[in-house]
Amino acid sequence: MRVGPVGFRIGSDWHAPIAALDALYRDYPRPEFADYSFRLEAVSPWRRRVRPSVRVAGDYWLPDASPLPLAQGLLAAEMGMNLQVALGHRRHLLLHAAVVARGDRAILMSGVSGAGKSTLALMLSHRGWRFLGDEFAMIDPDTGLAHPFPRPVSLKNESLSLIPEGCRTGPLLTGTPKGDVRHVAPPAAAIAAMDEPARPALVIFPRFGFPSALSGLAPTETFMRLTQASTNYVAMGEAGFQALTRLRAQVPAVALDYPDGEAGVAAVEALWEAL
Amino acid sequence: MSAVRTLVALLRDPRRARAVDPAHWTEVLAVARAETLAGTLAYRLEGLALPGEVVGALAEARIDAAEARRTALWEANRVALALRPLGHPVILLKGTAFVAAGLAAGQGRAIGDCDILLPRPLLDHAEKLLVDAGWEWMKSDPYDDLYYRQWMHELPPLVHGERGRMVDVHHTILPLTARPTPDAQALIGDAEVLDGGLAVLCHTDMIVHAAAHLLADGELAGGLRNLWDIHALIQERGMEGLETRAAHHGLSFAVDRALRLTHALYGTTVPARWQRLTMIDRLYRCRMMAREGWARERHKALRMMFYIRSHLIRMPLPMLIRHLWIKWRKGKAATGSG
Amino acid sequence: MAGPRYRAAAAALLIVEPLDMFTAVFHRPSGVTHLLNEPAPQILEALADEPLDRDALLARLAQNFDLGEADGTAVLQARLTELETAGLVDRV
Repeated sequence: MRVGPVGFRIGSDWHAPIAALDALYRDYPRPEFADYSFRLEAVSPWRRRVRPSVRVAGDYWLPDASPLPLAQGLLAAEMGMNLQVALGHRRHLLLHAAVVARGDRAILMSGVSGAGKSTLALMLSHRGWRFLGDEFAMIDPDTGLAHPFPRPVSLKNESLSLIPEGCRTGPLLTGTPKGDVRHVAPPAAAIAAMDEPARPALVIFPRFGFPSALSGLAPTETFMRLTQASTNYVAMGEAGFQALTRLRAQVPAVALDYPDGEAGVAAVEALWEAL
Repeated sequence: MSAVRTLVALLRDPRRARAVDPAHWTEVLAVARAETLAGTLAYRLEGLALPGEVVGALAEARIDAAEARRTALWEANRVALALRPLGHPVILLKGTAFVAAGLAAGQGRAIGDCDILLPRPLLDHAEKLLVDAGWEWMKSDPYDDLYYRQWMHELPPLVHGERGRMVDVHHTILPLTARPTPDAQALIGDAEVLDGGLAVLCHTDMIVHAAAHLLADGELAGGLRNLWDIHALIQERGMEGLETRAAHHGLSFAVDRALRLTHALYGTTVPARWQRLTMIDRLYRCRMMAREGWARERHKALRMMFYIRSHLIRMPLPMLIRHLWIKWRKGKAATGSG
Repeated sequence: MAGPRYRAAAAALLIVEPLDMFTAVFHRPSGVTHLLNEPAPQILEALADEPLDRDALLARLAQNFDLGEADGTAVLQARLTELETAGLVDRV
């Protein structure tokens, strides 16, 4: 299926993960061409039936990755998609960030894989913000625009209670390496608008679970944090450097600590008003 | 047509790209990536009117190739700098050589390690210079180390402490334990000097080396790409003197087979005597084209045959048995103590 | 006895982006991004026009810039070595 600018072809040794993907991605386009192909494979022939165990193999993969039980096949598929993009994507500068937009301007919330930015993005997407993604921000190296990559959000453990009513969700996956996980599809409107980019207007480095605090960042610190947040900065060469320095120079960046989801949402909205 | 056949057909004749449908492009790309030919394909197809998404994917492959080129040339630059005290040109091999010399074979090429060739007497000094300049040994096992130094044609691999790139220092192009013994002095003596203390093999030696590497030193994994190197070299600068040179190095059989295969797959311009495949050639071709639409390898038995053969080529049988015995014992010791 | 002379990598090989106390420099041949702290950017500037040996460089820098330490030579040598390793500076 296609998410934003990236098409995936996913194969599997079992039917169940494909069925789960079909359900979760029901509203996503089904293109004929896919940028990346990968398979959910049994670790060995006998592990197809006996304690079935999934690993990801395809255009891009990590040789040392631990396999997952078949029950978590959907998680393996999500990881597979992340891997293809993280390792292979060159058309945009990638930042580990959630992106939401109002009108044609966007906020990038940059942070390592974790419940902080994903949960904020999901909450904001149910309060009038357009959801552009929670895993990767895709910055066009020529225009500086953020291109949507709106995959389902994976919520974990405590965040599971925050799932809004009426969302399409995947199954509850327990006992995963990160605890309990559930995938939540973005609002249908976000999926429908997946080809409409937005201009970054604010970069936030959020930290969940701390007393409210806000601070500006010196240019060098912003620059460093952005390079650390990018999986393909080096692979993009000059284009990566130019895109990142332009983003740093043109878009204000702040570090935001917040104690809980509601406080976080309120802080983000306040920052937006102040722009 | 299967994806791997399409890939070969497109490399051979890019105009056929118009006939490929989007779903098939997905498979062709997957196979191209698995064969490290995505960059080469992208350069061959550059400028053709193709579906937008395909153009985008190919553009990414070109970006990767450009970065591979940059990294390879920088690594060569740093190696040459470290080895300046040797007073001898550092002869580049394989992909790094193609891009340093600006050859067509280098266009879109994926490049891994930095492979260099030096006269054997200089190896100890070279080793010391590299270690002083920040490279480190990868293998710390004394047996592996001994195996490499005594019997292989190269030092154990060195990895740069900061950059993490590998440099392989060769003193000839085939293992000393293998039967054909190429003339290392001729390889070095006839090398063509570039700027910056670097050099590359002369044209015919490049082809001989590529053929040797393809057929006499490996399991044939990545064969399509190695064969493309040979095709590109010949198409750019012809074949004059190749037969004589191959005979001089004792590698006529490898070059002959490579010529037959490259003509059969890529349509390389060769005289009539290399325009027919033998029965064994066909086995090689089958091995090289053993990929399905998800780029998984097919023909497991055939691959196993070639794998075994590659070890037999490197070592006489008694040595191979001793080598495998020692490795097995070490493997047991490792798991036993775990 | 004059030591080796150094010169900066050609301007066309660098993309320079001043930040604050640091300057980000993209080095095209290596693809590496360097974050340079004083006096490195000043060294690059001084070596951009003509090659200088270490003593001449020290004198040039001292005109506009305070190296801060009693033994400016040692500081300078250390920075030069770093820049050379990175390929931002080479010996003539």
